[in-house]
Amino acid sequence: MHSFLKRPPKLVVMNPLVKLFEQETATEVRKNIPEFRAGDTINVHVKIIEGNKQRIQQFQGTVIQRRNPNTNGETFTVRKISNGVGVERIFPILSPNVEKIEVIKKGKVRRARIFYQRLRAGKASRIKERRDHTAPGKA
Amino acid sequence: MAGIIGKKIGMTSTYTADGKNLACTVIQAGPCVVTQVKTKEKDGYEAVQLGFGEKKEHKTSKPMQGHFKKANTTPKREIVEFEFDKSFELGATITAADVFAEGDKIRAIGTSKGKGFQGVVKRHNFSGVGGATHGQHNRLRAPGSIGACSYPARVFKGTRMGGRMGTDRVTVRNLKILKLMPEQNLIIISGSIPGANNSFVYLEK
Repeated sequence: MHSFLKRPPKLVVMNPLVKLFEQETATEVRKNIPEFRAGDTINVHVKIIEGNKQRIQQFQGTVIQRRNPNTNGETFTVRKISNGVGVERIFPILSPNVEKIEVIKKGKVRRARIFYQRLRAGKASRIKERRDHTAPGKA
Repeated sequence: MAGIIGKKIGMTSTYTADGKNLACTVIQAGPCVVTQVKTKEKDGYEAVQLGFGEKKEHKTSKPMQGHFKKANTTPKREIVEFEFDKSFELGATITAADVFAEGDKIRAIGTSKGKGFQGVVKRHNFSGVGGATHGQHNRLRAPGSIGACSYPARVFKGTRMGGRMGTDRVTVRNLKILKLMPEQNLIIISGSIPGANNSFVYLEK
């Protein structure tokens, strides 16, 4: 390869045997994860352990990214505006502490990571709702 | 010590029931072939020699070809001796499940990744000379003094300096086996092991 050409980024492919192990872990947790993507509004139920007491906390906001999808280390970031301050939380998707994920609203966005939301507030930060194209009578 | 030869496949992570994320290494361990059984009468000590990894016959020396033929097997890339409590027949196959069980504490021996010629800061954890201010310059990662002056008038042997780093034999102890997958000959252990992916590693009990 010519040195003046930029070398293409090395494609990292997970070994099929590692993949096999990953698929065998957390099988129960995986079944309960709904389909969602960046732009969607979701409600995450998180298990909070304080000493020997345990309670469920909810965190509702917009998904701004999903990282390392389809791996055991996958996380997603949820952003919400709390008392006028932007708050982001990162959740490991397979963690047993993530009790439940509810999809409240599907959003129509053009990219996989919507970091531009951090620069927007109020009306400008609205996200159009994504409608199912296959449903009859809806475009 | 009872053990087996494996190949590092890669790393991933898994969650415990209480929500902790554990880094884990996937190793393809075995099936190994017994290439020689050493006995007290003949060799002065007892051991079982295991072979793992395929090797082309024309890349194997004639004496080694004969050695593998005696065990009625194909040439192997890696040959290591282990001490087992039980005895094995020549040419027998040993899998990971024969040696280990889930939850066992094992040790992994591998060859660390080569780092090339490295300075003392990376190689020996020196902290460099002084700070970046007070007129200091170009000494930030230097080793500092390597000895006294007219006595002893030389640098002692073994003084830590820059040089080739890595490709050392490294042993990591107390690694826990999280899972055994006997069908694919996979061992999943908690934590990391030395070496790059696809490098050989010896697992011992």
